[in-house]
Amino acid sequence: MISRWIDRHEKHIFPLPAVIFIILMMVFPLGYTVWNSLTNWTLTSKAPTEFIGMTNYIELFTKDERFIQSVWRTFYFTGGSLIIQVTLGVASGILIDAKKYPGKRIVNSILLLPMMATPVAIAMVWLLILEPTTGVMNYLLKQVGLPISKWLSSTSTVIPSLILIDSWEWTPLITLITLAGLATLPTDPYESAIVDGANTFQTIWHITLPMLRPTIAIGALLRFIDCFKIFDIIYSTTGGGPGYSSETLNIYTYQNSFYYFKFGYASSMLVIFFAIVLGTVLFVTYTRKRLEV
Amino acid sequence: MKRLNLLLVLILILSSVLSVSAQDKPFDGQTIRVVLANHAWTDAVAPKIPEFEALTGIKVEWESYGEEQLNQKLTTEFIAGNAGVDVFMTRPLQEGANMEMNGWYYDLAEKTAADVEYDFEDFTESSRSATTFNGTITAIPLVTEQEILYYRKDILEENGIEVPTTLDELYAAAEKLNDPANEFYGFVARGQRSPLVTQLSSFIYSYGGDWFDRDTYTATLNTPETLAGIEMYSNLLKNFGPPGVLNMHWAQCIGIFNEKKVAFYTDASSLYPNLLDPTKSDVAEVTGCAVFPAGPAGAVMYDITAWGLSIYAESQNKDAAWEFIRWATGKENSLFIQGEKAQQLARTSVWNDPEGIKSFPADWAAAVAGSIGAKSYDRPLITAVTEARDLIGGIVVTAIEGGDYLKAADEANVKFQEMLNNEKP
Repeated sequence: MISRWIDRHEKHIFPLPAVIFIILMMVFPLGYTVWNSLTNWTLTSKAPTEFIGMTNYIELFTKDERFIQSVWRTFYFTGGSLIIQVTLGVASGILIDAKKYPGKRIVNSILLLPMMATPVAIAMVWLLILEPTTGVMNYLLKQVGLPISKWLSSTSTVIPSLILIDSWEWTPLITLITLAGLATLPTDPYESAIVDGANTFQTIWHITLPMLRPTIAIGALLRFIDCFKIFDIIYSTTGGGPGYSSETLNIYTYQNSFYYFKFGYASSMLVIFFAIVLGTVLFVTYTRKRLEV
Repeated sequence: MKRLNLLLVLILILSSVLSVSAQDKPFDGQTIRVVLANHAWTDAVAPKIPEFEALTGIKVEWESYGEEQLNQKLTTEFIAGNAGVDVFMTRPLQEGANMEMNGWYYDLAEKTAADVEYDFEDFTESSRSATTFNGTITAIPLVTEQEILYYRKDILEENGIEVPTTLDELYAAAEKLNDPANEFYGFVARGQRSPLVTQLSSFIYSYGGDWFDRDTYTATLNTPETLAGIEMYSNLLKNFGPPGVLNMHWAQCIGIFNEKKVAFYTDASSLYPNLLDPTKSDVAEVTGCAVFPAGPAGAVMYDITAWGLSIYAESQNKDAAWEFIRWATGKENSLFIQGEKAQQLARTSVWNDPEGIKSFPADWAAAVAGSIGAKSYDRPLITAVTEARDLIGGIVVTAIEGGDYLKAADEANVKFQEMLNNEKP
């Protein structure tokens, strides 16, 4: 009886665990966040929590300068990190792959090291390195006669410094992805290029890079999402400071929820955050299909 | 027969022992969860917890966290309605108003009133008033703090400079000693947006300013007095502070002071072991302490109760929890913690006991004595205090960076007023 029922409803029953999991772990939290974003749920307020419609969103875009600035800052950080990491990562990948030499695998393992370390530990070490008075970075700069910087402690240099730290940690990821991509490339185009008399630069520019494009796009997309939601490194080096100058969207949301206890308001930021990431991913997927890269 | 007698005697002895212990230990076998902060007070008390367990038979499961993590953890647990917490450490000035509003504190009035031996009146009046919100005794005061001036005795002596007694003298002395070319700086204090606010408070008070008018709930962040305090603080840091001061909390300030790179430093009195303890500091021999320098309105520093010990309102073991608190903050233990472990507690009897102050350096004790009874708050006493601190700290950061801090102060004042409007009783 039961087995017949199961037989008949197989197509519903078998995906059920996955469906329940997705509803519990993704749809519900997301829906709940959207619901919260429409309320004024604030722990430090005497007023009862009420449904307030789009008020939070209107306030975010019309009144909250910190929010607008944190959005720009997030793009600034993400853009800077992406450009550096993708350029350096792809370049070093091609360089490493260029020739066969002994110890190549050791180089690959060493490349992995920055990614294996915990971000908070990395942040602590860089905090010491970049300390303006006692840090080793300024010491080295002085030794070679270059101007020193305040690094993480000035509003103008803090984001570039953070980009530096993030790139130190994550450029190897792009390198590894590039190496993996290079390993799958066919050799025939190179042979015909040599026959046609192309030099190294021309080979890289006209053959390697175009063929690597899908690989690079995936790597860049992964890094975009990660950079966009950057939290660990900023939180453990500057906490969003000096002033608000390294407060990205994620840090500001965290401030609002766990320091100001404005859960409703913070939820509305998270919804916007989600929309931006989702929008970008959809855009990239769409253009990839269109360009057939 | 003999054996039976022996057995009877044994049973008799055993039962009498058991009954005695049951009378002496009414909470025997109970378990309480105690959530503490990473603080020197915790370090002093934690090793003695087994004594308490042996004494009462209460099993104490304790854990400790950094101060912000502690607040976040407790808030999340309390919102979730988790009744697992019995005793917790709390900052009356930081989260007191909010936690009281949410009804998370158990009112200790009954317990303290009923316990003559405990002598709650022994705590200083300012500390008791600091932990009382709307008539509810939310916490037993633990440690107190005052803002004092730390300075390098040797440097001042070499340069023939007297210890500053006014802020103007401090400014002049810092200017004279500042020598950035040789990496020596006149003054250091906190420059991080939110942490700096508490240390800024004494500057503002000493110029006659305040955060807001507590009667009318009018924001006063851009009054001439408050601005004068902000200017003094930010000018000292901008002109004579080390580079990177905007990322400095007290740990970084102490770090640079210990590296013999700074002449003056204003911060909480409770930080003194980091500077005056030879095992922790390279400048212990040459660091002096003085009362916070006076401004036009006199030397008005903060004298606050930094931490208190509370019982969670939903705790299932309130009696056992109170047993723990009365033991931890009782006279005997307080004398030990202050006398041996050099923590600044709030019990008058301990301060009056020579045993109670034997571990403190003389000039430090004098600086603290000269500060007791001043302002009992070092930040705006409102529920949304973190947000307010960010607002106020933002003005100072703008000033240190050389920006238009007058405009920043006006803007912050408008936002602060909006917050105050929500808080009006």
